Amino acid sequence: MFESLQEGLQAAFKSLRGKGKLTEANMREGLRLVEQSMLEADVSYSVIQDFMARVTQEALGQKVLGALDPGQQLVGIVHQHLINVMGPVDPSLNLKGDLTVFMMCGLQGSGKTTTCGKLARLIQGQGKKVLLVAADLQRPAAIDQLHVIGEQLGVEVYSDRNEKDPVKVCQKAVQLARSQHLPVVILDTAGRLAIDQELMQQLSNIDRHVHPDQAYLVVDGMTGQDAVESARAFNSALELDGLIMTKLDGDARGGAVLSVKHVTGVPIKFIGTGERFDALEPFRPEGMAGRILGMGDIVEMFRTAQETFDQDQMRQTEERLRQGEFNLEDFRKHLDQIARPGLLQKMLGLIPGMGDLKKMMDGVDAERDMKGLFGIIDAMTPRERRNPQIIDQSRRIRIAKGAGAEPQAVNELLKQFDGMAGLMKSMAGKGMGDRLKMAQDIQKQGLFDPGGRLAKPKQSTGKRLTNSEREQHARQLERERRRKKRRSD
Amino acid sequence: MGIFDRFRRSATSAATTSVTSPDSATVAAEQKGIFARLKQGLQKTTRLLQTDVRDLFKSQGQLLDEDFLNQLFALLVRTDMGVGPAQEVRTEVQEHFRGRVVEMEELLGFVRAKLLTIMTGDEAEEPLRRAASGPTVMLVVGVNGSGKTTSIAKLAQLMRNEGHSVVLGAGDTFRAAAVQQLTVWAERVGAEIVTAPTGSDPASVAHRAVARAIEKPCDICIIDTAGRLQTQTNLMEELTKVRRVIAKLIPDAPHEVLLVLDATAGQNGISQAKGFSDAVQCTGIVLSKLDGTAKGGVVIPIRRQFELPVKFVGVGEGADDLVRFEPQAFVDALFSETTVGL
Repeated sequence: MFESLQEGLQAAFKSLRGKGKLTEANMREGLRLVEQSMLEADVSYSVIQDFMARVTQEALGQKVLGALDPGQQLVGIVHQHLINVMGPVDPSLNLKGDLTVFMMCGLQGSGKTTTCGKLARLIQGQGKKVLLVAADLQRPAAIDQLHVIGEQLGVEVYSDRNEKDPVKVCQKAVQLARSQHLPVVILDTAGRLAIDQELMQQLSNIDRHVHPDQAYLVVDGMTGQDAVESARAFNSALELDGLIMTKLDGDARGGAVLSVKHVTGVPIKFIGTGERFDALEPFRPEGMAGRILGMGDIVEMFRTAQETFDQDQMRQTEERLRQGEFNLEDFRKHLDQIARPGLLQKMLGLIPGMGDLKKMMDGVDAERDMKGLFGIIDAMTPRERRNPQIIDQSRRIRIAKGAGAEPQAVNELLKQFDGMAGLMKSMAGKGMGDRLKMAQDIQKQGLFDPGGRLAKPKQSTGKRLTNSEREQHARQLERERRRKKRRSD
Repeated sequence: MGIFDRFRRSATSAATTSVTSPDSATVAAEQKGIFARLKQGLQKTTRLLQTDVRDLFKSQGQLLDEDFLNQLFALLVRTDMGVGPAQEVRTEVQEHFRGRVVEMEELLGFVRAKLLTIMTGDEAEEPLRRAASGPTVMLVVGVNGSGKTTSIAKLAQLMRNEGHSVVLGAGDTFRAAAVQQLTVWAERVGAEIVTAPTGSDPASVAHRAVARAIEKPCDICIIDTAGRLQTQTNLMEELTKVRRVIAKLIPDAPHEVLLVLDATAGQNGISQAKGFSDAVQCTGIVLSKLDGTAKGGVVIPIRRQFELPVKFVGVGEGADDLVRFEPQAFVDALFSETTVGL
């Protein structure tokens, strides 16, 4: 519902801009919006209440800092609090010298088995051998699944298809690891419902008899309000040491992480961001806080950008920009980089305050538009591309014919290019913060409307005087004149 | 005819149709069982809502004030129905009962009725669409770990119980051992299965499964697919292709495209419904894992926004634990009358 909390807050605090302190009265609307945004991110209701009470307490009476509006300041406070609540970060696995036993548990379908594979790969990358143990005796073919994963990763897998007691399977596996001097054991337990007493008992039996060094709870990133209930059940059956949240590569806001952290109090170790075995990342509270608030995630945006864009190309363009050169050839290269399916939308969604823009882009077939633009640029001569000013009426008609487009389309493109070139030139050499601010300014002007086009940046037309200033100016001139007159007398 | 009737029969019409049916006694018993099982599955939910609601009304009636409305709102939100619908119900309750001392029965009846209108929509709840002749094809889709394979097994069992022959298509060629998992289930429920090695094209598996169902012939063909997030454009395109390939063999197939939705899912369920509907035009939802503490309330906004009805509910781990969704039973079980009237 809210693409951007920040924008909602800006509206809520409009009347307050630049005024005094945060009070209960002037924060009420803003806090309501924060709360709503968190509910939409699936943070548990009771956890939100608790969290908001603390935030309110802290925010009360704070002076609104000069440059900020109260909305920004409130978001800042909430954001910082979220980071504090979800921290401290501790992605270390605390491997012991001789043997470390990990136990993975979680609800059905939360991604335990896949996460076992990811974890095994991570540990193997540190030069330690791993033994995966198939202790999920409930689901059909769960043992096969782990074996296949073991084969893919080159990790040994222990299973016993005749044994019906998972505790014994785990015990035997640990014995095996000891005798073969394998330093790490990962137990893949069966998924279960939090209210299934029998299976929870089984889990704590494994805990008691096998003594895993670390018990990790695997939580589905899409979980809703129920996250509190299940986390509570697992936490009371076991002494959890860490959390791993999965399926965060989609568009789930992942508010469950806050609920689970709140209930268990154990550190969030990793997040799963894909189906491949290397898609396990250390948890980063800053990114998650932005995601939960619906504010986007700048760091993630840069990561995506770095992954997808041709770095050399970017550097070249950057260099040309700095020299104040930007022609249609660069324009085309630039378009080429961003004209990938869904990429533009994804990037925009990650930029704070760009939520609206993303929505606008949704219905637009950007790729087809891009193809049209490419056609026009390709129909130009190299000279025209490097120096678009020379394109006159007859050249325009020729280009349009070559591209199979209307001459107006060529005009449109050139105007768009003019706007873009101006923008690019003014962006060159500025820091990232300045650039983002500019991008946001552009959005505010409404110039990013996909149907519209970028306007050429306007030159200053000088300062205009107000009436009183003009009068003052006149008076001063008069005074000067008199003084001169007096002196000459 | 008999098959058709039995299939269409809903719990309410059980009595009338069972007269013509040869095994009327067992069917009637089954219908009862279904209701009981749905209620049993929702018991946890009901218990939670009931205790909390009862806490709201310690005395006979209570003045409807802001604080009270907030508590009601919290209850609604906890079902995962989302801020929008919860807000709406809250506002309507407020307008209806403003400043009054409210009786518990009155208020819950109101909320229940409101939720029921959302869940039923304009048209009456339709049964599974069936092919006029030849095999009926069902395509089952969903995100990773939502319970597709288990739901397919249950669906197959349901169809077997109704006396249909079933072919399964093991279209999850991505996840390790997914094919084995479905094979085990196929043996248990007595269905034929068409498989392909891991990594092969799911569309070709679907094609072969449907072809097999036509050739044999079988009444029902259920196609499994690999779990995928709705944001993965290329994987969603793969699904579209599966759908296209099925339609090549039988023009109006797949007759049903079922989205399996985890009852523990939160607001992302809405995005799932949208993503999968855009790709393969879902016709209904199978709400899985409703036997836990989760409420599955996200189907309420989904129903409202996409007109996507819930068709089945998974209420346990056994092959028999799939029941037809009844909006009335769903809402009744959420705010059950028997305990409310205390």
